Amino acid sequence: MEKPKLLRDDGRRLDGRAYDELRPIRMEVGILNNANGSALVEYGKTKVIAAVYGPREPQQKHLALPYRAILRCRYHMAPFSTHERKSPAPSRREVELSKVIREALEPVVMTEAFPRTSIDIFIEVLNADGGTRTASVTAASLALADAGIPMKDLVAGVAVGKIEGVLVLDIDEIEDMYGEADMPVAAAPSLGMITLLQLNGVLTYDEFKRALDLALKGIRQIYEMQKEVLKKRYLEVKVEE
Amino acid sequence: MSLTPTSPDYILPKLKADTLASLVKKGVRLSGRGLNDYRDIDIKVNYVPNADGSAFVKLGNTQVLVGIKLEVGNPYPDTPNEGTMVVSAEFVPMASPVFEPGPPDENAIELARVIDRSIRELKAIDLSKLVLIPGKKVWNVWIDIYVLDHDGNLIDASSIATLAALLVTKVPKAEVNEETGEVKVDKTTYVGNLPLSRKVVTVTAGKLGDVILLDPDLEEESVLDTRLVVAVSDDGRIAGMQKTGMGHLTKEEVLSIVERALNKGKEIIEKVVRTVEEAQK
Repeated sequence: MEKPKLLRDDGRRLDGRAYDELRPIRMEVGILNNANGSALVEYGKTKVIAAVYGPREPQQKHLALPYRAILRCRYHMAPFSTHERKSPAPSRREVELSKVIREALEPVVMTEAFPRTSIDIFIEVLNADGGTRTASVTAASLALADAGIPMKDLVAGVAVGKIEGVLVLDIDEIEDMYGEADMPVAAAPSLGMITLLQLNGVLTYDEFKRALDLALKGIRQIYEMQKEVLKKRYLEVKVEE
Repeated sequence: MSLTPTSPDYILPKLKADTLASLVKKGVRLSGRGLNDYRDIDIKVNYVPNADGSAFVKLGNTQVLVGIKLEVGNPYPDTPNEGTMVVSAEFVPMASPVFEPGPPDENAIELARVIDRSIRELKAIDLSKLVLIPGKKVWNVWIDIYVLDHDGNLIDASSIATLAALLVTKVPKAEVNEETGEVKVDKTTYVGNLPLSRKVVTVTAGKLGDVILLDPDLEEESVLDTRLVVAVSDDGRIAGMQKTGMGHLTKEEVLSIVERALNKGKEIIEKVVRTVEEAQK
């Protein structure tokens, strides 16, 4: 396929967004019955669900730590989530992303409150259209909150990209595929903690500085939505008839 | 599935850990290095005669061997007019008491993928010059990283060894039969160097409390909050980045690390190029 023009003549992106505009984002918590906590997050056509089990006795008991809970995290793409069917066996990419997502959550989960236990985070990408790892972090952090696990802050994530020389927020698959850089970032905004940072692509120092600011601005917006959806779920007053 | 590590690479006695932490606050490290200092880098190129390019690198007591092999193969369907490149890493069991035989774990996979991306995104290897029959036969470049002794900062040692090996990799003679579409390779004759258009190394910074230090060794790694790996190109740009480890970084820390990495990366690339040139004289 030929590289499409990623920026329109009016300066907007292929899907009509401004450079600093997020895709339509939807979040829902408590979507699964069995899991202790769960969440669905959509960034445009990207759709992921996260489920949390625990704190519970670890499946492999010898892995328990006496002073804290361990986190177990699996990022997995459904076979139908991509254009070409993806084998359900874990790819090297999924192994790496499971690790960086776990490491994005480790700094906020108060694991020391649950020694000798395991907190398990299962993420399934149902539809992939760019930004699946950052949507996964956003969903996992909501699922942890939904499971009632104490955290120092919520974590939200978004990717910034560079397309035709312009830095843009929340890139989708086409922008990632044909763009020059993809930089996923996750942060705990109230604590000023950057907990996930990757860059695939080439940027100058100045571009990087601006890209980081753009990402943190987007994260702030997503973080407000996270708080909103949790409040709506748990602060609703049920009036008896 | 990724788990919180339960058996660390190394256990530093509490007393030494406390000393280390209080010393780095004054800008001093247990080894006597300054916070921005790397350990000595020792490079031997063409260490493995059967590889088309290789380098054995010591970064202090960390030892890494990289071997590069070129094979004739098929291009990827979406890039029919380019050669291919694959980076793999093996943490062999002899390298550390905690490494076990078996398929690469998440740390080995992450290391290989970070180095792969730094080379790929920068287009450091000119893959368009590795085509034998357009759309059908190309050179596949296999970069295999072999970690032999683990004393911390495996990724920078691997990245330096990869760059050194790439600089000495040669392309074997290949005769293309246009009619049958067959390619005959003569590995005893080389026709030239692997076409490189850019050079790249990673620079790793560790965070301990509010102190940032470069090239952490194993003792330091065992107490670090987190690390940030920055790939730096020879033209002074950032060619990749990866936060690795459980902790967090502030924005100010990230910017300070990137600034230091850009300076240090340039230095390291120059050193690698100089060493390789001298070795080939």
